Amino acid sequence: MFGINQNCEIALPDTYYTLEEYQSNVPRWCPGCGDNSILTSVQRLCRDEQLAPEKTVFVSGIGCSSRFPHYMGTDGFHGLHGRALPIAEGIKIRRPDLDVFVNMGDGDCCSIGTAHWIHAVRYNMNMVAMLHNNEIYGLTKLQVSPTSPQGLVTNTTPTGSPLKPIKPLSVTLGISNVSFVAQVGEWMPEMMYDIIKAAYHHRGFSFIHIVQRCPHFTPHMFDHLMQPESILMLQHEDGLNSSETMLKTFKNHENHDPSNLNRARELAEKEDLLPVGILYRNENVEVYDDAKRRKRFVTSEMRKNVLENAFNKILIEPVSGGNGHA
Amino acid sequence: MDKVEALAKVSPLAAGEKKKVLLKEHIIEIVSDAGEGAQKAGQAFGAISAKSGNGIWTVEIIPAEIQPPPRSKVGGSGNRIRIGSFYITNAGDEADLVVAFNEQSLLGRFESDNMKPNAIVLLEDKWRDHADPEIKKMYREGLDELSKTKLRIYEVPMEKECLKIVQNPQRGKNMWALGMLCSIYSRDLEAARNEIRLTFAKKGEKVIAPNIQLLESGYAWAEENLDFKFEIPSAGIKDRQIVLNGNTALALGVVASGMDVCAMYPITPATSASHYLSEIFEHVGGVVHQAEDEIAAAAFAVGASYAGKCAVTITSGPGLSLKTEVLGLASMAEIPLVVVNVQRGGPSTGLPTKVEQGDLLMSLFHTHGDAPKIVMAPATIEDCFYAPITARKIAETFRMPVYILSDANLATGQQPFMKPEFKEEWVAPPFDQSPVPEDMAPYDWDEETGLSSRIIPGQPGGMHTLTGLAHSRESKVAYDPWINQFAMEKRSKKLAAFQKTLQTPKVHGDKKGDLLIIGWGSTLGVIEEAVDAACEKGYSVSSLHLKYLQPMASGIKEILQQFKQVMTVEINYSDSYKDKFFDENNRRYSNLALLLRARYLIDVDCWSNVFGQPIKPHSIIDMIEERLK
Repeated sequence: MFGINQNCEIALPDTYYTLEEYQSNVPRWCPGCGDNSILTSVQRLCRDEQLAPEKTVFVSGIGCSSRFPHYMGTDGFHGLHGRALPIAEGIKIRRPDLDVFVNMGDGDCCSIGTAHWIHAVRYNMNMVAMLHNNEIYGLTKLQVSPTSPQGLVTNTTPTGSPLKPIKPLSVTLGISNVSFVAQVGEWMPEMMYDIIKAAYHHRGFSFIHIVQRCPHFTPHMFDHLMQPESILMLQHEDGLNSSETMLKTFKNHENHDPSNLNRARELAEKEDLLPVGILYRNENVEVYDDAKRRKRFVTSEMRKNVLENAFNKILIEPVSGGNGHA
Repeated sequence: MDKVEALAKVSPLAAGEKKKVLLKEHIIEIVSDAGEGAQKAGQAFGAISAKSGNGIWTVEIIPAEIQPPPRSKVGGSGNRIRIGSFYITNAGDEADLVVAFNEQSLLGRFESDNMKPNAIVLLEDKWRDHADPEIKKMYREGLDELSKTKLRIYEVPMEKECLKIVQNPQRGKNMWALGMLCSIYSRDLEAARNEIRLTFAKKGEKVIAPNIQLLESGYAWAEENLDFKFEIPSAGIKDRQIVLNGNTALALGVVASGMDVCAMYPITPATSASHYLSEIFEHVGGVVHQAEDEIAAAAFAVGASYAGKCAVTITSGPGLSLKTEVLGLASMAEIPLVVVNVQRGGPSTGLPTKVEQGDLLMSLFHTHGDAPKIVMAPATIEDCFYAPITARKIAETFRMPVYILSDANLATGQQPFMKPEFKEEWVAPPFDQSPVPEDMAPYDWDEETGLSSRIIPGQPGGMHTLTGLAHSRESKVAYDPWINQFAMEKRSKKLAAFQKTLQTPKVHGDKKGDLLIIGWGSTLGVIEEAVDAACEKGYSVSSLHLKYLQPMASGIKEILQQFKQVMTVEINYSDSYKDKFFDENNRRYSNLALLLRARYLIDVDCWSNVFGQPIKPHSIIDMIEERLK
């Protein structure tokens, strides 16, 4: 039919997609919400990469950030709390032609969907996952998150959160088969764009930890990071090469080789500075969807033969006697 | 002298001492400790019998643990094979002949009322003089106890005979026992050899040769030493058939349906379907994904369905509990999905290896809010094959989850049926990647039927965001109150529309009478057998079997109204009508009875149990007699 193969790889007509084509409804996020800036960077990437909107799927969970797909002009799947990753994996398994992006909040990724996060890293499927981490539950109105800082007063921790937070970067870097880990703050749009772009071009599962402000509930949560001296720019010839302007603004630099996993883990544990850039990248990790990819075109004849072979192993030939039963 | 000495002694027979008895049917059980291969022997004997033209039904006897303590009453593992000179539809009543590798497994079967009082027993005798005095004592005491019964016990030197051929008789005794059974039931030895070649085909000649030797040895021993021999005449087979269990049939049905993705998480007793599928799915471009948990398996299947062809997830009750939220999403966002639930005993971990039909109401109602789904239940092994093909089509046409409720009885039960002929229309068409017309919305609900065409990723102009939130025709989040009401109506109408395609099920027996028994799922065979037997005794009783539980076909109420009493027979829990503590204010009914009462406003009674065993025909007959006396 229309000369499509079973992987749906069809040649689309030459069209130029404008930025507007990646926009949809007007976002209903609060003014100043970090999600707006992430959305803009992503739309820009789609335009620059000229991703066919019908071949691009944004999958999300539940929460403020998970409204993301509704604001994209592409395909989208606004799924279930914590389940964005397995849904995205299912989408990708037989559709190598689709570009799949996942947007989740810290509740999605680090709490209700933690198991899926761990295993998504392990599956290492071709997709970009963005963790919008504002360290607070916003949609349900100010409850503590597993990523909230110790002592944070919320509606469920009126005397302050007693526990230390989970560190998404450290966890991700500790999972076998990890292949791409990056971090950025959403108030650094240029860096964010560069990182999402690098993630998009990575073969495998790209995990981006985005520190995201929630101006409504915790307006001062990240004030300490707003000073340029709180940022540590990770630069490398195999990583990011930021503009002179950026490097002048953010004066702390480290020449970090993204293949250095041990250093990446040390950086992830840093308390004094926020490392921004690509912490780890390894293109040589087994990719699950590639491993499970359909080996050849399957015809009805082949299906019939597989069934016939199976039947022949358990076949009973006609036997005379009795009245016979069919 | 020990009492055991008085038991039937086995000694070589003189020529002509043995008479062949013709039988209409027999139930054979072979039980051992787990890992001794009784199941393999039982399956092989079932297959040999089926290939000789007998009607068969085999069912596995499975302990709950992988390595239960050896020589224990509850750890017995094996197979029950019912063979007849007619078409067999269920596992039947008590066993007529039992091969036991130790006396404790035997006692386990006897004490759980699975053996006829005068059954023949062929018991491994190596324990009689076992080096361990404890074991020796247990054996002799066990035998003493059994000698007080009417059982005909033969002590058989199985291991001693096997040792003449192999070094480790524990791995091979099963084929020796198979040889013995082939002699007893007058099976063709060459057919048995062929079955062994087939069973061990993957392992090669090195394994096949000694197993054939063992088979022949067992056969020869029985010919020379046992004073009885049976023959169950062939029922005859007109067409080519295949013999397989329900889980294998489900897996083959998935292949035949053209589905591409099966996402699952290991769970008893469903997993063997996925095992089999894993072996062959790749040859047709399919993928079995073992997810990190049941929720992920369902979500993965939903993702795959959304992006292309309908996918399947295979599970059992506890898994279905976990998948609930995803199934609500599939219903809400109208994503086709096939959900196979091979039911086991519940609630909670329940009886993992045992049969129960306890998930019917759960399947209909487990999601929060109103989430329409279709529920069907295969009644035979053949149904298990066709169910995924039908379910895939329904799921894609009606854009909703379709549940297939199998159970542990069908999962491991083997029954031959006519070899299916592959049809092109079973298979899902390729993904539609054509452009979407400008005026077409993601949920273009038809006013009358609620049906709409699905748009999948890759269709130019079809971009939209699918959501589990209440949504409009355009898949936009619903902020107006009327949209939710409207969309719910449309999703519900799909069920009503599907209902109109269903045929009224046929009554088994007279169309009016004193009692109508209604069943669903794996109990079809046993109910009809019991009803036939009761009719022969002069009772006015008929039966009705439902394959579609949600929605139900038209015309059922009219059928029910023709009978003085109506009741369901099910393998799930209900409060007994005999217990005076229960009355109409507090009695809880079995799954189907509750549904029928609610829908038809008819006083439907129920008779059900949760012994975790297939229902025996005579227990239904007894119940009918009690009711109609």
